[in-house]
Amino acid sequence: MIQLGILASQISGHLASPTSYESIATVTVGAGGSSTITFSSIPSTYKHLQIRGIARTNRTQVQDALRVRFNSDSGSNYAHHYLLGDGSSASAGANTSITGILIDGIVGDTGGSNAYGGLVMDILDYSNTNKYKTLRSLSGREDNTQGAIWFESGLWQNSNAVSTVTIIPNGGTLFNQYSQFALYGVKG
Amino acid sequence: MASTYTPIATYTAATDQSSITFSSLGSYTDIRIVASLKDSNNYVLLRFNSDTASNYSRTWMYGNGSSAQSNRTSNATSAYAGASSGSDFTLNTIDVMNYGNATTYKTMLIRQNDAAGDVGAFVYLWRKTPEAITSISFISPTGSATIKTGSTITLYGIKAA
Repeated sequence: MIQLGILASQISGHLASPTSYESIATVTVGAGGSSTITFSSIPSTYKHLQIRGIARTNRTQVQDALRVRFNSDSGSNYAHHYLLGDGSSASAGANTSITGILIDGIVGDTGGSNAYGGLVMDILDYSNTNKYKTLRSLSGREDNTQGAIWFESGLWQNSNAVSTVTIIPNGGTLFNQYSQFALYGVKG
Repeated sequence: MASTYTPIATYTAATDQSSITFSSLGSYTDIRIVASLKDSNNYVLLRFNSDTASNYSRTWMYGNGSSAQSNRTSNATSAYAGASSGSDFTLNTIDVMNYGNATTYKTMLIRQNDAAGDVGAFVYLWRKTPEAITSISFISPTGSATIKTGSTITLYGIKAA
């Protein structure tokens, strides 16, 4: 007898029921800004996490990045690769032994008014204690005078389950008002 | 926890179309659109709230099988979605971020895959005076019925807690 569920999995490999994606928590930055976004006490009951957001910082440049840390680890335990399109050429690069995974494509304070970078990042198999943790992201910024689009991947060289995710500006000190980060859980 | 990633609408072109518009977008945080498109012009226009002013800008990068490139456009009168003019369909995965707020310009991320041509990623900004997006239109560049039969577009709503 054909097991229909198995057959379907063989066809697509990516089936999701309407209840497999859940909102866990959201932070919207208020007036005055915020120096740190923290999602703590993340349940271990999902397979993957996704963070979606828009962001702008007080860095006095047109662009900034953000830095993602797990379980409050600020050591040099992270690595990062990127593929960048800056509007004139495509390039790639990497960083090793850094203090957080970099996600670029964030608008700085001198970027066009009302413009915010957009980002979608996936933290894969975040509660598996047998492997280092991998993050991947697509992010970008545009303000009608310049822009950049980024594919990035990051590694946290630690096999602990991720229970806390901390996000800080990389160059600036505050996320500007209306920046928003939403954490979702994806069931396996 | 609140379940989300909710199907809002799905459309399959039974005949060639000149435009396809989704309104009544509901109350979510982000919208993800999965669009499999074919058009004899090789692309279709994408507009929010029927805005035809020069309020769209974009930066993109793509690989065409031999090189990787990047470019950008300012003051465009629409965004663009990939739509193959060949025998295949171009897949677009489109994230419209924070579409319902009236405080920021709207940022959109697109992943585009044309198996017969190229692979790319785009970031867009829609600069109309900050307002909620209430409709999303896919439009033939010529105004004629060039969006081909079999093209499919599905909208999902993602709601933050």
